Amino acid sequence: MLDKIGIAKRISQELSDGWYVNLGIGIPTLVANYVPEGMTVEFQSENGILGMGPFPYEGEEDADYINAGKQTVTINPGGSIFDSATSFAMIRGKHIQMTVLGAMEVAENGDIANWKIPGKMVKGMGGAMDLVASSDNIIVAMMHTNKRGQSKLLKRCSLPLTGVSCVKKIVTNLAVLEIGEKGFVLKERAPGVSVEDIQAATEGKLIIEGDIPEMKID
Amino acid sequence: MNKIVANAEAAIQGIQDDMTIMLGGFGLCGIPENCINALVAAGVKNLTCISNNAGVDDFGLGLLLQKKQIRKMISSYVGENDEFERQMLSGELEVDLIPQGSLASRCQAGGAGVPAFYTPAGYGTEVAHGKEVRYFDGKPHILESALTADFAIVKGWKGDRYGNIIYKGTARNFNPVMAMAGKITIAEVEEIVEPGELDPNFVHTPGIFVQRIFQGAAFEKRIEQRTVTPKS
Repeated sequence: MLDKIGIAKRISQELSDGWYVNLGIGIPTLVANYVPEGMTVEFQSENGILGMGPFPYEGEEDADYINAGKQTVTINPGGSIFDSATSFAMIRGKHIQMTVLGAMEVAENGDIANWKIPGKMVKGMGGAMDLVASSDNIIVAMMHTNKRGQSKLLKRCSLPLTGVSCVKKIVTNLAVLEIGEKGFVLKERAPGVSVEDIQAATEGKLIIEGDIPEMKID
Repeated sequence: MNKIVANAEAAIQGIQDDMTIMLGGFGLCGIPENCINALVAAGVKNLTCISNNAGVDDFGLGLLLQKKQIRKMISSYVGENDEFERQMLSGELEVDLIPQGSLASRCQAGGAGVPAFYTPAGYGTEVAHGKEVRYFDGKPHILESALTADFAIVKGWKGDRYGNIIYKGTARNFNPVMAMAGKITIAEVEEIVEPGELDPNFVHTPGIFVQRIFQGAAFEKRIEQRTVTPKS
C-alpha cells in the first residue's frame, strides 16, 4: 500500500519534459518534489504563477508571493506572474498539459466531486471546475476509501459534481486505474496489494484484464 | 489630472447600503485592507461583495462579515472562515459560489463591454442550473454573464496620480480585472510615485480604469500559510 508520498511519486512518472502542470492542494502538491532527474516541468499556480519554486528560506517569506493554497512560495528563474483572467486563459485554453487534483468521489464514467458536502462543508470550487472542464489530461490523486472505509470510486457520485466525464486516470494508495468505456480499468497494483483487495475497495465497475503488474516506485 | 484622495475614508465616499462592490485579492494576498477597515468604520450595510475569497475571521472581508455588513457574497472559495460558514449554513448570508476562472472572466467581460460568454466550466454541475447550454466543436458550454460593480476596490504596489498601477508578485491576481469592472474604481497603493516614474511598458492597470487613488496608511499584509524551507 502507498502513503501520500508514494502516490505523489507514482504520479511523477506521468510527467514529461517541457510540460506545464497544475497541481491541486494536498497530495497533488507533493508531486512537485519528485520531478524525474533531468526533466524540466513548469508548475502553474492558478492565482498567477508559472514556474513556481520551493518554499522560501526562513526569514525570506513574502506575503506578496503565495500559491493557490495560500502558502508562501518562490518563483524559479524563468518564471512569470499574471492576473487571474490570464491564468484561466492558460487553463481553459488547454495550454496546460497535465492537471492533478484531489477528489472526494470519482465515478466510473469519469465524473468527479470535490467541492461541496450539502449542509456540512461548503468551501467552494475555486478553480477546480475550470480545470476539469478544460484539461485533456486529468489525474486524480486520492485515497481509495474515505475515513469511514467507504469506497471513493463509485458507480455514480453522490455529492454535487465538479465536472462530468473528465477524469482520465486515478492514482490511489491501492492502485492505478484509468477510466474506460465500461468503468475503472485496473492498470497497476500498489506494492503488496492484491487484485482482490482493490476489488473489495471499489464500489464502481472494476475491469480486470490479464495480469495486473505491481507499480514500480523508487 | 489628479485622482489622488487623502485616505481610505475619503476614497470610499459614496459607497452606500445595498450597493455591489468588487474587492481584489486572493486569500489575504493583494486585498485592499485600508478600504475594508474604512468600510467597517463607516458601517455601510447590505453589501453585495464580489471577491474570490471572504478573508479569515479577523482579517480582510471577515471583518465586514463579523459586523454583518454583507448581505451576499459572490466568490469561488470561502474556506478558512468559520463565521462565513456559520452565516451561510444558517441562511443569514446569501452566497453565490462560481468557478474561479468564470469569476475572473466575468469581471473582465464586465469591464470590457462583453455582456456574456460561453465557458465549459461548470457544465453538468449545479453551477449550470438555469443557464443556456450551447455546443461548440461538439463540446457543451454554458452562458455566463458579465459582472460589474458600483465600486471596485483594488490594491496595488505603486501608483501615480493618473491612476496607473503596478502590482507586486501574486498580489496582482483579481485586481486588474476588477479595476476594469467598477463604475468607480478605487485603488489603494503602498506608494504613490510621480508621473513618469512608472515605466509605461510595465504598467499593469492603465489609469483610465481608476477614478480614485491613495497611499494606504498601513499594510499588515498578513500571511495565511507561512511555509518555509529550513536553512541547513
